[in-house]
Amino acid sequence: MCEIIVITSGKGGVGKTTTTANIGVGLAIRGNRVALIDTDTGLRNLDLLLGLENRIMYDLVDVTSGRVPYKKALVRHKKYETLYLLPTSQIRDKSSVNPEQLISLCEEMKKEFEYIIIDCPAGIEQGFKTAIAAADQAIVVTMPEISAVRDADKIIGELGRADKQNIKLIVNRMRYQMSEKGDMLGIEDINEILSIECIGIVPDDEAVITSTNKGDPVINMEKSIAGQAYRNIVGRICGESIPFLKPPKEGFFSKLKRLFGVL
Amino acid sequence: MFDVLMKIFGKSEKKSGEIAKERLKLVLIQDRASVSPEVMDKLKNEILNVILKYMDVNKSGVEITLANDSDSVALVANIPVESVHHSPK
Repeated sequence: MCEIIVITSGKGGVGKTTTTANIGVGLAIRGNRVALIDTDTGLRNLDLLLGLENRIMYDLVDVTSGRVPYKKALVRHKKYETLYLLPTSQIRDKSSVNPEQLISLCEEMKKEFEYIIIDCPAGIEQGFKTAIAAADQAIVVTMPEISAVRDADKIIGELGRADKQNIKLIVNRMRYQMSEKGDMLGIEDINEILSIECIGIVPDDEAVITSTNKGDPVINMEKSIAGQAYRNIVGRICGESIPFLKPPKEGFFSKLKRLFGVL
Repeated sequence: MFDVLMKIFGKSEKKSGEIAKERLKLVLIQDRASVSPEVMDKLKNEILNVILKYMDVNKSGVEITLANDSDSVALVANIPVESVHHSPK
């Protein structure tokens, strides 16, 4: 059985690609055969986040246009051996792949993989329509920020119109201290407004940036709180019931500093 | 010093998170109510067909639009009636 999951958000910069990379690595660590497909043609980045940028020979457009079989374009990760990337083209644009081509590609790849994760481009134009075409599950990534939640709402509507029933939510870059003070949208607010099942809250964590610098997703960093959040998300995708992380407690000194406004 | 005291004893003004939530709710009411012209046309024709069972209307004068108010959305229809049937068709 293969599950095809699209990671989407509407708005750019909320962490679709980071989420794709982390979920992909997490599922692979658990021993699943995982294929990641980057559909952000023209602005590819998934290769960078996985540290695979120097090993790309062929891309998605080469495959869908019939120049090479997909297996030739797949890049196998050396560290996570059951993880494969199908990168996209950096020189073509989003009109180079249409929904039918992606559906038939996934149909073929289904036989070889337990999970196919599709990284969707920002926007609601053709690139989005192509990316969601083959998916039986969608994960919408948002941030506790007014514009990101509005775009997530729009995307949820579009997914509904495309007959996608299975839609989950991930709230990325949560800053608990701000939302506790009332200076940011809280999880309850977002859940109330979007009313779809939330499968993870990823705290804002500098380790996400340092891990991206190195090209090894944060899920692999034992001590990172964002890494732990991603490990929990992967568990929930695999059907485990895992309680949500407790917001980290603010230390005495930082509270004192905040109180006196020395921050 | 005054600022520090204000911070300690709490401010009376609304928190920005709360403002964000209210603004978001309002904008989503409007977003979710925005309907494509094709759907609007279809809706207009179906409403007209129902009305025509009961009365004659001036079809060219019919106006059906979604009106956005600051905190609600209304479907506004302006349908000039020419005559009312004695019994529904």
